[in-house]
Amino acid sequence: MGWELFVNAVVSGLLLGGFYCAVAVGITIAFGMLDITNIAHPAFVVAGSYVAYVANSTLGMDPLVACLLAAPFAYLIGRGLYRVYYVAFESREGESLQGLAFFFGLLFIIEVGLLMEFGVDYRFVEAPYMGPTLSLGAISVPLRYLVPMTVGLVMTGLLMLFMYKTFIGRAILAVSQDTEALRLVGGNPVKIKEIAFGIAIATAVIAGALLIIIQPLEPSVGREYIGRVFAICVLGGMTSLTGTVVAAMLMGVAENLTSTFVGPSWSPLVAFGILLITLGFRPSGIFGR
Amino acid sequence: MTGNHMSASPTAASTRKSGRLGWPLVLLISAAIGGALLLAADSFQNDYAYLAAYTVLQFIVLGTAFNILGGYGGYVNFGSAGFFGVGVYTCVFLYTLSQEYGTPEPPLIVSILAAAVVAGLLGFGTGYLTLRLRGIFFAIATLALAIVLTTLVTNWGFVGGARGAYVLRPETVPFFGNFTRYLFIVMLVMAIVSVLISRAIEKSWLGRGLDAIKDDETAAECCGVPALRVKLITTTLTGAMMGAAGAPYPYFLTYVEPVSAFNLQIAVNTLAMPLVGGLGTWIGPVIGGLLLGSVQEYAKVTISSAANLLIVGVVLVVFITVAPQGVVGLVKRMRGRA
Amino acid sequence: MSGEQIIVAKGITKRFGGFTALNNVDFALLRNERLGLIGPNGSGKSTFVNCLTGALPFEGGSIVFEDQDITKVSAWRRARLGITRSFQIPRPFRGLTVRQNIEVPLAFTAGLSDQDRIEAEAEEVLGQVGLAEKSDDNPRSLSQVELRKLELGRALAGRPRVLVADEAMAGLSDSEVDEILDLLMKLNEAGISIILIEHIMRAVVRFSERVVVLVAGEKIADGAPKEVMSHPEVVRAYLGQ
Repeated sequence: MGWELFVNAVVSGLLLGGFYCAVAVGITIAFGMLDITNIAHPAFVVAGSYVAYVANSTLGMDPLVACLLAAPFAYLIGRGLYRVYYVAFESREGESLQGLAFFFGLLFIIEVGLLMEFGVDYRFVEAPYMGPTLSLGAISVPLRYLVPMTVGLVMTGLLMLFMYKTFIGRAILAVSQDTEALRLVGGNPVKIKEIAFGIAIATAVIAGALLIIIQPLEPSVGREYIGRVFAICVLGGMTSLTGTVVAAMLMGVAENLTSTFVGPSWSPLVAFGILLITLGFRPSGIFGR
Repeated sequence: MTGNHMSASPTAASTRKSGRLGWPLVLLISAAIGGALLLAADSFQNDYAYLAAYTVLQFIVLGTAFNILGGYGGYVNFGSAGFFGVGVYTCVFLYTLSQEYGTPEPPLIVSILAAAVVAGLLGFGTGYLTLRLRGIFFAIATLALAIVLTTLVTNWGFVGGARGAYVLRPETVPFFGNFTRYLFIVMLVMAIVSVLISRAIEKSWLGRGLDAIKDDETAAECCGVPALRVKLITTTLTGAMMGAAGAPYPYFLTYVEPVSAFNLQIAVNTLAMPLVGGLGTWIGPVIGGLLLGSVQEYAKVTISSAANLLIVGVVLVVFITVAPQGVVGLVKRMRGRA
Repeated sequence: MSGEQIIVAKGITKRFGGFTALNNVDFALLRNERLGLIGPNGSGKSTFVNCLTGALPFEGGSIVFEDQDITKVSAWRRARLGITRSFQIPRPFRGLTVRQNIEVPLAFTAGLSDQDRIEAEAEEVLGQVGLAEKSDDNPRSLSQVELRKLELGRALAGRPRVLVADEAMAGLSDSEVDEILDLLMKLNEAGISIILIEHIMRAVVRFSERVVVLVAGEKIADGAPKEVMSHPEVVRAYLGQ
């Protein structure tokens, strides 16, 4: 029944895409809009997963709740990090690849730190919605995928509302387009960027909860996501949140189809391939300016 | 089309005039240093000396290659693990091939050259696809590269895939003594050669072009610098150097599997060592390699392997925040005051 | 003033997304000519220069330089063919000394290879633009007018046939403007055609043999300075700003 397999693969891909969206949205904000190449983003996601793991295994807390509670702290950490980054790099003259190396070092420290604390064993969480699977005719929709997808899309939707309807949100959009113009209307670009980066890290931690719901993990899992999130951001057009959603869905479907019909060990290639093709042929992405 | 770059370091350009020793003298000095190091290593009467030194020398090669593109030119190649790993697996491939056909295994020099060619092509390809865009995309592409290559190799049964491959060291090598000593000598020669290459480039038109590109790529183009060409040549060359550094590794480890070949520690060290030593001159990676390499070996032996990794990460972040010009930069600052 | 055209640009059109920055602009430059290019802010002058020098690709039209079609030729090659420029906001190589800044085009555009000769010629160029004492300094320590001279020096070192001076005098005092103007005159006398893009009208009138006016991406006037300045549309474009 090749047809059934195909449809299920597409549906799983879409579910996965919703989750990928949650992971990538922080990069769209930090890198797409603000030009901060935070390659440590996936490490923050994984750190979020471990937060969920610890809360779940020691307190029996729901992983999602745990990370939602952790999110404000992540936001503050993100703001603090941006301050360090700004003072050390962005205010110095010249564009900074030093910033890139800084985040690379962070990525490494977080991964090794988690490794030293938790070891290489795969960790997982338990929650009531991770077991059951909905059956819609021939299509099976595991809840462990549906919940992350829903949360991912809801989170992105809320962010979109925030960006377009609130003052700070629009200030962030303004900064991403023209720092000078923002200064002229009395905004403080540095403060705005700081807030935006804090939000980005907060989304990472929430995405971490979703990650560990979907799969058991160990510290180096984050690395697979580096290519994915940047590919999604670029494919989506860098600054567009809508683009992130669409690109994430495409990525999810492409990966899942590859996994189903070619082989699961080939799917990490899909992200990289998409990234290269996009950069090579349409660097502005789908929704890019 | 601007390259993201480290803040301006005058050192590369200013050495163009000063220190103009002729090549015969330079080669003589290099040979002398090489000979001295060999004697020093021999004096330990212990294979461990060769192995520890091998690792440091290997990182000097990697760091030097990284520095040419990253320090001189401002284009960061995070994919050193990928290029290195390609070198590793080219050697494994040739070795496995020879085992299949029952022929004697290829001499190391052949593997090294083959690795350089393959890695060079990879560098060219990656560069061709990404160097016309902002420098950030080159960096991201190289970062994703290592992961992609790991996937490819894991799926490639011929070289062992995820199971890994065993590579047997011959017992002795005529004239060079035992095989460990031989590996050390090979890597010593490679380190010296790569430093010489780095110095040569620094003083050549290529180095001048990289300097200009690092500061302002558009202005450089208007001054006649063929930016894309310069970057491609450099990416290919440095990729080849990194691949060459990987070729002897299978013999060093004797058991190779994708995770150790493409491991992140290589990527971090390749970035951290030149940074700590001082980007922008040929001597930075050497200083950084010696310093950081020794610290790591010590930590590995006294504390733990994971701790040594953590140290590198922390050192990297601290240095890049506080002393981005590295040891060389600090020395310059101190001299400036004195 | 000889009548031979060395640059012939026809129908240059450049769009940024939905915005048309240049619309079907025809342009010609004669050998040894001193040409002024003026227009209100946003009229497309810098965009035109970027298209001319190869910094920007354009959608429509063609450019011929000394009988060679350079429409698709990359920026660095155009520099080597003989078209160089200075930037509106000076962009020196900050990691290099003043002299080393000049060495770059000498090595790449002019194609010199011997280090000693490069250094000697760099000193000569610096002498020509009046920066001889600053040759070992870092560009950071230069004043505005000195930075402008460095920009021109870099363009000059490429041994151009055409030099585009993009607002080389903006923000300078009257005497500094005259300094730069005299320098450009000297260069023209040595055989270089100069395209002067400027807002400072007295400089344009004093310097140019011919003036081209761009408004909103279109050429609206092309002729002797006095004529062009009294052209009603030109007057309107500037007063109406």
